[in-house]
Amino acid sequence: MPIVNYAARELTCKIVYYGPGRSGKTTNLHYIYDSVPAARRGAMVSLATQNERTLFFDFLPLDLGTVSGFKTRFQLYTVPGQIYYRTTRKLVLQGADGVVFVADSQRQQLEANLESLRDMHEVLAEQGVDARGLPVVMQYNKQDLPRELIGSPEELDEALNFRAVPSFAADALVGTGVFETLRWTSELVLRRLGATAPGVGAGR
Amino acid sequence: MLDGRFRFDNFVIGAANRLASSAARAVADAPGAAYNPLFIYSSSGLGKTHLLGAIGHHARQLHPGLAIEYLTLDDFVSQLHQAIATGQADGFKRRYAGVGLLLLDDVQFLTGRVETQSEVLRVFNALQGSGRQIVMTCDRPPTEISDVDERLISRLAGGLIVDVGVPDYETRVAILRSKCGDRGVRFAAGVLEELARTPATNVRELQGSLNRLVAHQSLLEVPLGVADVWHVVGALHTPAPPAPPASDEFEAFLSDLATSVAESVETWRVRLGERIVLWSAEGFRTDRLSRALERHEPQDVEALEAAMAADVERLRWLESEAVRLDPRCAGLELFRDPERVADAEDFLAKTVARTDPLPGPRPGLRLNDLVRTPDNRVVIQAASAIVEAPGSRYNPLFVHGPAGAGISHLAHAVGNALRTRDGGTWCIACVDAGDYVEQLIDALQQGAIERWRARYRAADVLIVENVQALDGKERTQDEFFHLFNELQQAGRQMILTCDRPLAQLTGLQSRLRSRFEGGLVAEMGPEQADERFGRDTPVPVGDEAAAPTIDVLLDRTPTPPVGLEAVDFDALAREPHAVDSFFLDAEKVVLDWPGIDGRVVEELR
Repeated sequence: MPIVNYAARELTCKIVYYGPGRSGKTTNLHYIYDSVPAARRGAMVSLATQNERTLFFDFLPLDLGTVSGFKTRFQLYTVPGQIYYRTTRKLVLQGADGVVFVADSQRQQLEANLESLRDMHEVLAEQGVDARGLPVVMQYNKQDLPRELIGSPEELDEALNFRAVPSFAADALVGTGVFETLRWTSELVLRRLGATAPGVGAGR
Repeated sequence: MLDGRFRFDNFVIGAANRLASSAARAVADAPGAAYNPLFIYSSSGLGKTHLLGAIGHHARQLHPGLAIEYLTLDDFVSQLHQAIATGQADGFKRRYAGVGLLLLDDVQFLTGRVETQSEVLRVFNALQGSGRQIVMTCDRPPTEISDVDERLISRLAGGLIVDVGVPDYETRVAILRSKCGDRGVRFAAGVLEELARTPATNVRELQGSLNRLVAHQSLLEVPLGVADVWHVVGALHTPAPPAPPASDEFEAFLSDLATSVAESVETWRVRLGERIVLWSAEGFRTDRLSRALERHEPQDVEALEAAMAADVERLRWLESEAVRLDPRCAGLELFRDPERVADAEDFLAKTVARTDPLPGPRPGLRLNDLVRTPDNRVVIQAASAIVEAPGSRYNPLFVHGPAGAGISHLAHAVGNALRTRDGGTWCIACVDAGDYVEQLIDALQQGAIERWRARYRAADVLIVENVQALDGKERTQDEFFHLFNELQQAGRQMILTCDRPLAQLTGLQSRLRSRFEGGLVAEMGPEQADERFGRDTPVPVGDEAAAPTIDVLLDRTPTPPVGLEAVDFDALAREPHAVDSFFLDAEKVVLDWPGIDGRVVEELR
């Protein structure tokens, strides 16, 4: 899946929302889904269990129309956060052009965040992708929770963002920081266009 | 007809229409020079038709002599139908062929109209081919017009596609102020600004709201205040609830994305992509350009394009030549692949050779008929090797020796032996170098040099006799040099004969000389009379078949002379029987009898 097809003037980005279970990945997608005019979005595919856990993955195709002369499509995916769905995560991450790591800001989730982050790097490594070259941004979700329960963005940066990628405080339920995260991710993905040949992404 | 109200000076430019307006201006300044065709699209009421009219207006002022045609697609269609109904289709075509700037409004109505599409395509091709400008407007991008011929879509998309967006608040205010200025209407401060906040989705609606305000103010003869705006316009719009921030967020995201895309895409790739679309639309394969697109480092698009254009030009010429010779060659895939120009050249050469074959070897001459002597043994062996595996061992074979040594016999015999290869499909060309020179002169005179070259390129085996005739003929040597290289590269066998050693050809280019020497240069000594006709001439091994021929000749008793009455004139008038190969050999038949000067005439008593 090439990022940009100059001959057909098409631009396709696959962005994967990664992170521990219940950190708000699907919520991000829902918010985007609700904000996008109906004509611009495809059906959101969500395979969830009865208690709203993502079972397989969520998929939201966005047709952004012609942007600067390119027919632009975004494909947003989430991975199931629960630790035992590793194979699915690996599949979904394959071919990703950019990754949003949605971290749960709650202090007690720090370990889960770290574990998920480790897992992501392992999966990428297994696919032969150098995580340093892949556009990744961090989103610290649930910043609306009481101060005493959560880590501040600075603390979370200290704890998780050891590669100093762009990071955003967010409250995905009401949409704070959701589009900002997506915008930066796309920005990073697009910036790579000039630096790499077409058709380069995770797991290719 | 152009509407004089639509001009650039009353077109308000904002962020949403800046690109479209700049492109339109560039086109009006120099029609046909840039962005051809220019395709402007937007939803209704955002200024497409205004821009189209402004282009026409501006171009008319700058270029008074330019033929400008402005019409909607519907007008175009009805004109076309009328022309067809009145049998004046040619007049229709002529009319559009003379247009310098064609402004076509509302092309979305092309949907499903097959014959209109083909006519539009034809008009486009004619106009674009001669560098005339086309500008179109549409309510959607070309790729979203349904049921339209792919070729037409790629034509529409081939130039510049610009969209006109919904004007932002500031632009809306500027538009309203400009409209009021035009009409000489004044409003209280803040009224127009308030009006600009009403949720009009396009400029036309905005103008409708303004008209309402103007009407109210003039009827009531009281200046309207800011508070009245919603009241007056309210019939059209209920006060807009505060727009959900979400949609704004998305729009902002899109706008940022557009900037990022514009900054991130590499312009050389974009340009290359455009070329690929264009050439594919013309029906040519673009593998080469696609490969360049895959490269990491920036490519020289101009050079690639120039090479592509040159190859396509060549392919077109080759196709037209081939079609002239054989109409079945039209549209062959071979002529659509710029990477197979060499194959196409080859194909044309073969076609030329088929329709205008080169002279072949004289029939009946065989290698076995040559008597082997110590002087020609090497040459005959080399010739046999060539017959075994042409093009691979002695290429070229350069044979020199005096007249009567059997050189010509040898060359033609090899030609005959190879003629039967692969079921007789081989093209064996035998030409005298003197004729080659003459043909070149004729071809130059008739401007048919390419065809002449193609004819020789088709040869699988080329036999050139009397190479000495090339001596001192520079241009012919140049031509022969190229032909030689091509044939040699393609592994075709060449046999050259000459009446003198290579060293004595003083007027031969050294590059040709070295190439001749690169094969086998061999001499054939003159045949001795006793060698030729000796009974029991020692027959070399492998040449036993020749022995009876010699003996039979010697055994043949001379036919007694006959009187006139015995001559069967009818038989003479008939086609002669297949002649014995002996009589076909120029070296064995005396054509020019010597005069009597040299003879001793005995005195008859």
